[in-house]
Amino acid sequence: MSTTLTPPPKKVNRIGLEVANYKGAKTTLCAGCGHNAISERIIESFYELGVQPWSVAKFSGIGCSSKSPAYFLGLSHGFNGVHGRMPSVATGAMLANRNLLGIGATGDGDTASIGLGQFMHLLRRNLPFIYIIEDNGVYGLTKGQFSATADLGSKLKTGVINDLPPFDCCSLALQCGATFVARSFSGDKKQFQTILKTAIAHNGLSVIDVISPCTTFNDHEGSTKSYSYVKEHDELLNEIDFVPFYDDISVEIAEGEVQEVEMHDGSKLRIKKLGRDYDPSNKFDALKAIDEAGKKGEVLTGVFYVETNKPNFMDLLNVEEAPLATLPESKVRPPKEALDQVMEELR
Amino acid sequence: MSTIEVSPASPRSGEFQQPVVNDFSIQVATINGSGSQTANSVLMRAIFQMGIPVSGKNMFPSNIQGLPTWFTIRASKYGYIGRKKEVDFLVAMNPETAREDVMKLDRGAAVVYDEPLKLDALRSDLHFYPVPFDKLVGPVCPEAKLRKLVRNMIYDGIVAHLVSIDMEEIHSALFKQFGKKKAKAAELNWGACQAGFDYAAKTFTKSDPYRVKRMNATAGKIIIDGNAAAALGCVFAGATVVIWYPITPSSSLVESMIGYLKRFRIDKETGKATYAVVQAEDELSAIGMVLGAGWAGARSVTSTAGPGISLMSEFVGLGYYAEIPAVIFDVQRVGPSTGLPTRTAQGDIISTALLSHGDTKHPILFPCSPEECFSMAIGAFDLAEQFQTPVFVLTDLDLGMNNWMAEPFEYPAKPMNRGKVLTAEDLDRLGGFARYKDVDGDGVGYRTLPGTPHPQAAYFTRGSGHNEKAQYTEREDDYVHNMDRLAHKFETLRAHVPPPVVDYNPKADIGFVAFGTSHYPAQESRDQLKSEFGIETSYLRLRAYPFTPEVRDFVRRHKRIYVIEQNRDEQMLSLMRLEFDAEDIAKLRSMKYYGGLPLDARTVTDDVVHQEEK
Repeated sequence: MSTTLTPPPKKVNRIGLEVANYKGAKTTLCAGCGHNAISERIIESFYELGVQPWSVAKFSGIGCSSKSPAYFLGLSHGFNGVHGRMPSVATGAMLANRNLLGIGATGDGDTASIGLGQFMHLLRRNLPFIYIIEDNGVYGLTKGQFSATADLGSKLKTGVINDLPPFDCCSLALQCGATFVARSFSGDKKQFQTILKTAIAHNGLSVIDVISPCTTFNDHEGSTKSYSYVKEHDELLNEIDFVPFYDDISVEIAEGEVQEVEMHDGSKLRIKKLGRDYDPSNKFDALKAIDEAGKKGEVLTGVFYVETNKPNFMDLLNVEEAPLATLPESKVRPPKEALDQVMEELR
Repeated sequence: MSTIEVSPASPRSGEFQQPVVNDFSIQVATINGSGSQTANSVLMRAIFQMGIPVSGKNMFPSNIQGLPTWFTIRASKYGYIGRKKEVDFLVAMNPETAREDVMKLDRGAAVVYDEPLKLDALRSDLHFYPVPFDKLVGPVCPEAKLRKLVRNMIYDGIVAHLVSIDMEEIHSALFKQFGKKKAKAAELNWGACQAGFDYAAKTFTKSDPYRVKRMNATAGKIIIDGNAAAALGCVFAGATVVIWYPITPSSSLVESMIGYLKRFRIDKETGKATYAVVQAEDELSAIGMVLGAGWAGARSVTSTAGPGISLMSEFVGLGYYAEIPAVIFDVQRVGPSTGLPTRTAQGDIISTALLSHGDTKHPILFPCSPEECFSMAIGAFDLAEQFQTPVFVLTDLDLGMNNWMAEPFEYPAKPMNRGKVLTAEDLDRLGGFARYKDVDGDGVGYRTLPGTPHPQAAYFTRGSGHNEKAQYTEREDDYVHNMDRLAHKFETLRAHVPPPVVDYNPKADIGFVAFGTSHYPAQESRDQLKSEFGIETSYLRLRAYPFTPEVRDFVRRHKRIYVIEQNRDEQMLSLMRLEFDAEDIAKLRSMKYYGGLPLDARTVTDDVVHQEEK
């Protein structure tokens, strides 16, 4: 046995990177903010799956949630755009380079109010992209006004009661074309991580609504987006497990009522039904389940819908596999003969 | 160059009339949606094929079907292709406007009209040619449904006979217009043309002086609209991401582009597109996608009009501040608000130059011709990538949507300039980079593209305050430093935009400054001023903002400068005011027009003479 002290080998993932390579800048969000937990899960998931950080592009809009991309994946390019318009910026970037793995972090203000139009059209296009809504039902940076996902009857710190019905972003996503739709809770580490990993493996648009309580403006008695409310009312739709394509050992869910969905890259999402008769390939089941849970005041979480063989936006556009951004001039500037031909026709 | 003044002849028969050859305008008044566009294009092309310089201007309503529309064809042996104010030859097909159209004519004009309208009762000082269109169309078009469309081709034959357009040229223009696939429709229309010609030949004695005569001034030239020219420019500029939202008068720019892209930009080996075209949900999304694509390294472009520019305001500020290349075409129409969507203007100069909140300014290119729509499209992408900023190309409805006689386009002589982009190898060599650091002293930093396989490639792009390393900051010194660098970058850019085209006349006290489609009336007015009033002028045609030093020099060399533009608020002149000294500003006078029609030379001349007399 050697007596020299060697530091223990650093833990690395399958591409030889440490978890530190997936971290970002130090967060400037409030202590206890759900968004920080979301950033942590993103760091872990990308690390554990061995995603190359510089193949990722991060996007956000404006608001507390939209600050968070600075706090994860520091080796990935990031783009903090304008309020509510993250989908268009992300779409443009993905068109320019379809090999990028795109992930967006936005909030409920971004998604359900100022950017509702862009969100809806993103859904239509089935862009291969991970769209995370850090949903706290409140505007944080402007100090605590209701957002459009605030539940009917939910109360602000000032005592104001919300009297308008919320947009349910998952229901919208289901109706308008997203091909992977899930809801989670920033406090449910395992569920959210499994959903995230599935989204990373998915070849289409993933919409993940993460209830992420605002400790400063919306974590009080009477709020339906507080930690305690969500913990008490979190109703699991299903139990899920993710088996990456390079690994077929770690099966946590026992055999039984398990449905296995094979993702584009060969990874598997294993879904175990929890009592109810639910089919994640049927979006009407999902809409019904969300509606019923909402009426009971429950926060239904889990994988609502997954569809793995719908053509994505790039396929529809028949875009070249190599990034458009860096195609050589010989590919993008037609030869002189082409121009001469057009000129001749116009004479 | 001088114009010959021809007194309008009296219509009374027997009186001697000086023929007016290759110097008149034909106006066709029809109803929107009646298929007159084809008949008008054929007429214009036939004159072009006879070697006579020609221009066509469509004045159409914001409507699909039923409202009045006018098409003016001008033949000019002098090569003037701007609008001519006076109509010399009217084809009155629209009962609703016929009366007013006739009353507006100058004495001595000719009128071809639908016989039942009885227009000859209105005036005695015009040459009238009544045509029973309904009677003529029956025999040549047995199918009643098509008669409304074919009817218009009859006037091509009538006009051809009356002004001596060669019917062979009409035939060839018609078949070119319809193409091989629609030969049957072409035959039907040709029958109508012939019926018109024959009717005119046997019925009318020519009493008006207007006629064409073959020349050789259009050889080698092409006919194209500015939007199609700009579209071709984008295709040959290597644009890869094209985003649009339909809006008059810019829609046909991207529609033309789609046609050319499908034709020339499908990779032969893979069968895949080397481009992506997306019709966005609105202009906000369009510019957002363009910026996202530009950030990721694509040559991205959008095309819009004034209302779209207004919507893009916030994003364009982000493009300026985060320093992202983008090309934005604004085919200007009459504002404010919805304004007159199918009329032309140059009213978005200030709004684009200074678009968005905070201190922002953007380079603008001003093409005046299809050739420049093509070449400046290519230049705009180079400029945008070289300076990492949104670049505007401002055309207008007149240039964009009307057909223009033009020189064939020249294939780009220089390779694409992709600007300062660092690769993984560069980063190995440099050991890192700071996105917004002015390394070269030109105000332009180096960027990396997402996806660059290097641990030091990434940076965080944001519209919030940032330092040289692209990190968030609210520090006073960081903010000021960055804004000063952006200002410096804009100064560097000044030397890289297209310089003006200057015609300096040492005998002139006054100088004209025009840009875009104001060029044509400016040029023609200079000739009018010289030949009719003995007033000498110099001329500077602006091609870009920011202004290059030539502009100030030009102002200094003259006593008075007329800035000729098509908006109410003297927008270009105002931009000059922002940059010039008081002494230079004092020389600036405005010649403006904002009625929605293409500006004509006579209006310029009258206004300048009036101002000179003061």
